[in-house]
Amino acid sequence: MAIRERLSGNEAVSYAIKQVNPDVMPAFPITPSTEIPQYVANYIANGEMDTDFIPVESEHSSMSATIGASAAGARALTATSSCGLALMWEELYVAASNRLPLALCLVNRALSGPININCDHSDSMGARDTGFIQIYAENNQEVYDNFIQAYRISEHRDVRLPIMICQDGFITSHAVENIELLEDEKVKEFVGEYEPENYLLNADQPMALGPYAVSNYYMETKMAQNTAMNHAKKVILDVGREYGGVSGRSYGFFEEYRLEDADYALVIIGSAAGTAKDAVDALREQGVRAGLLKLRVFRPFPDEEIAKALSGCKVVAIMDRSESFRGKGGPLGAEVKAALYDHAKQVRAYNLIYGLGGRDFTVNEAEQIYKDLEAYDKAGKQFEEYRYVGLRG
Amino acid sequence: MAATDITKITEKSNWQDLTVGNQVYGAGTSRFFKTGEWRTQTPVFHVEKCKQCLLCVPVCPDSSIPVTECKREDFDYDHCKGCGICAKVCPFDAISMKEGQ
Repeated sequence: MAIRERLSGNEAVSYAIKQVNPDVMPAFPITPSTEIPQYVANYIANGEMDTDFIPVESEHSSMSATIGASAAGARALTATSSCGLALMWEELYVAASNRLPLALCLVNRALSGPININCDHSDSMGARDTGFIQIYAENNQEVYDNFIQAYRISEHRDVRLPIMICQDGFITSHAVENIELLEDEKVKEFVGEYEPENYLLNADQPMALGPYAVSNYYMETKMAQNTAMNHAKKVILDVGREYGGVSGRSYGFFEEYRLEDADYALVIIGSAAGTAKDAVDALREQGVRAGLLKLRVFRPFPDEEIAKALSGCKVVAIMDRSESFRGKGGPLGAEVKAALYDHAKQVRAYNLIYGLGGRDFTVNEAEQIYKDLEAYDKAGKQFEEYRYVGLRG
Repeated sequence: MAATDITKITEKSNWQDLTVGNQVYGAGTSRFFKTGEWRTQTPVFHVEKCKQCLLCVPVCPDSSIPVTECKREDFDYDHCKGCGICAKVCPFDAISMKEGQ
């Protein structure tokens, strides 16, 4: 029987870390992810897990030490937010190109400036091209479930890439919700032991990692990395299905909420999906065929699958919780529009920016977006192609 | 699984044939990489002036001064990059630098 608990998102992911009991965790505190290393350090001090915790002097060091531990043959992870992730920038690419299956628990927070500690996705979206797998959560249950699946995906021999398990700063990281936890034995059985094929501490087979690659090797290396990322798609689906067998909660690339017969849909990542679902329910009662696509996996990007899921819609609004300053929208908008262009040209799509720096996103605002989409569709009322939700002025 | 023999990987290899993450299997493989080609200045060893003090050996960044039975030998020109540190530290002018390879 699953264990019923109530935990914050940070507690939930920390509990998952405890159950997985990885070998090494270097970390440096930054709001709102600070609690993760704090909880883990408590578990270690209480003898509930035996991970080696390394307090380091910066996030540049925490990712470097995580890379070092992973290269040595350990199952390693770290946690961070916002500017902490930005300070790791160089190492994120190194972890991915060295094909190290380490984990990063990211608690999404706006990047400076202006300095702000609240939720948006500018940190992880900035790191979208580093070569990390990126998986997002709507709530505490999902971030717990996602972490338990993390190493099964990243360590898979067809993948071997680092993985970022993301959740929304404060909204899920600090809010306490009901949650179902798996028993320790079930988690251990599901995750299994890490048995790297080649690792630096293997005295029987000396090796070197991260060599200089001249022009004749660099492009081939990137193609190998990209192919591994494509392989991750199947592995993510397989692991998500298998996890469903263990927990009763299956996972895919995204959740389709009342999307099957929807005329109007929102595409959204993270906790705001819960808000949008309330709007969908209210509109459905008024006879509006509203639906939602909540994206869970942003890297690898499931473009064909997204386009197929949206192909029956008339108009969709793609909701970005980060700016890309291209003057036309955010990163999710660009990628979903590209997917639609390739696979479902008939669907009209708008790109909206919401929730930057922790700005509230309300059910009323979500409802209004659906109504705008409907007005555009039925009355041809022009809709601003790209606009901010909840902006003054 | 046996690790890939990296001596079979060349600049003509297809991307599918590279090792995962460009990992290099085996120890001491830098020996295969002849950095001596980079040299624009070359140290010359004057054995008659050498007192075998061995000050030059530990300062060589490329381990290009071989030592056998406590005596240094002539330079390993396959790997010496010609930095000239050895010539600078030698108290007996037993090493001089010449232009070119």
